[in-house]
Amino acid sequence: MIDTLTLTAEGAKDLLERGEVSGAELFAAYRDAIAVRDEELHAYLHVCDDPGGDGLPIAIKDVIGTKGVPTTAGSKALEGYVPVYDATVVARCRAHGFRILGKTNTDEFAMGSSTENSAFGPTHNPWDPSRVPGGSGGGSAAAVTAGLAPWALGSDTGGSIKQPSALCGNVGLRPTYGTVSRYGVVAFASSLDQVGPVARTVRDCAYLYSVIAGRDENDSTTVDSPPIELPCDTQLAGVRIGVPRELNDAEGIEPGVRDAVRAAIDLAVELGASVEECSLPRSVEYGLACYYLIAPAEASSNLARYDGVRYGLRAEGADFREMVMRTRHDGLGDEPKRRIMLGTYALSAGYYDAYYGTAQRVRTVIRREHDELFERFDVLVSPTSPTVAFPLGARADNPLAMYLSDLLTIPSCVAGLPGLNVPCGLSEGLPVGLQLIGPQFSENALFRVGHALEQALGFDPVPARYRS
Amino acid sequence: MEGVVAGIDRDEVLHVARLARLELSDDEVARFQEQLSAILQAVSKVSELDLSDVPPTAHPLELENAWAEDEPRPCLPLDDVFANAPDRDGDYFRVPPA
Repeated sequence: MIDTLTLTAEGAKDLLERGEVSGAELFAAYRDAIAVRDEELHAYLHVCDDPGGDGLPIAIKDVIGTKGVPTTAGSKALEGYVPVYDATVVARCRAHGFRILGKTNTDEFAMGSSTENSAFGPTHNPWDPSRVPGGSGGGSAAAVTAGLAPWALGSDTGGSIKQPSALCGNVGLRPTYGTVSRYGVVAFASSLDQVGPVARTVRDCAYLYSVIAGRDENDSTTVDSPPIELPCDTQLAGVRIGVPRELNDAEGIEPGVRDAVRAAIDLAVELGASVEECSLPRSVEYGLACYYLIAPAEASSNLARYDGVRYGLRAEGADFREMVMRTRHDGLGDEPKRRIMLGTYALSAGYYDAYYGTAQRVRTVIRREHDELFERFDVLVSPTSPTVAFPLGARADNPLAMYLSDLLTIPSCVAGLPGLNVPCGLSEGLPVGLQLIGPQFSENALFRVGHALEQALGFDPVPARYRS
Repeated sequence: MEGVVAGIDRDEVLHVARLARLELSDDEVARFQEQLSAILQAVSKVSELDLSDVPPTAHPLELENAWAEDEPRPCLPLDDVFANAPDRDGDYFRVPPA
């Protein structure tokens, strides 16, 4: 009997290698779990039939192109779109024999922090279905926590992997910008977008990262990264941890979140790490404003392709211009429309320097502040999300309140740095996420610290309502 | 800073929507005007900093020129290229008259 709620990918791999289960049995176990639990959660937009083979199952966020499997990016603009080629990350998964369980729900074009912006309806949090799973990758995060996949791929522009992992209580990595190919991935903001792994353990997360990372000739922004080591050290002797004041004392951080993160920091000291307070004076104060100029500006350009000409939805129109404008009206939801207009405005004649140009200079300030801290520290820690999972609808009508969900994840994303979410406890019965940030290409250090803390914390990743 | 305005009026919303080829209903124009004004006010915060000596960052990695051999490779077959096309006329995407 396979218990998908507790089985790790590493455990599943062992079972396969020892011949105790077949690939087909493993795939069927997750399909059964989906049949039982996903009607309530809606983590998946599309479920696949078993493609055969003998590898591990995996779920893929629906912004990542999968040959022969519908890919909608959570948008009506791409309803019915079936890619004719695989994204590089999917091709690498397939080359490892991984079998795609299905495509997971996302805020439309990965724009959102709750998965409520999906054109196909929201995903619910496995810990409490009246609450959001975070976003944009709420589908992948909910699927892993609810045992509907051993692991999953997500994508992260300003927090779309880390924040849902925090709200669902699992491990998510936003890799160093440039280490994972975006070829075949629906583009949102190209100087920020990264694909990354969502998993139940840090070791699973590290393994999946090693599968997808590396230079791709089809994405000229990619570089080779250092070889990935699966973490096994349970001590933190010699590790220098910085605690940036502004990320840990920001307005809006719930007391229960603060307490759980402080307890994890105390534990790091017990494991031998040196811990010191530090400061990112401008990164947190100006990060959100910087991000909400750069990301919409790039999105307004990337989303110009949804014009009804080559693929996706086409609305009727008497002439070409009317067809394009109606297609975009009917196909795109409110959040993409807001960001397209904001970005178009920020890039338009007379405003370019004041908005986009200024934001790019602020981006340099944020990079430099982080660089200076990494002369003294190996890793920075903070909460990943200021709050635990919030109720569906709580922020849906107020875009600015929703944007604040990513206050603590955005600065390091803007700086191109890797970040790992590790669950560090519960507040009000809901998971709290610890964010670990390192310099570029420091994934091994993040995995090492994350693994040691994970072992010492002993967080139970199975939601109470599924335990019996 | 010069050029930064806190808010966006109805005509500007319509102008930006035209630039972005977005048809908007009257309801949407009113809703987006209010929401975009609030967002623009928040993001205008970037103009508070003195950035006179700070160069812009366009890309977080300092990469210069990613070279590749100029070797022809087969591209997608035409039937794949048109597989998701809303309308096709032989080897062309068909669209309404300009």
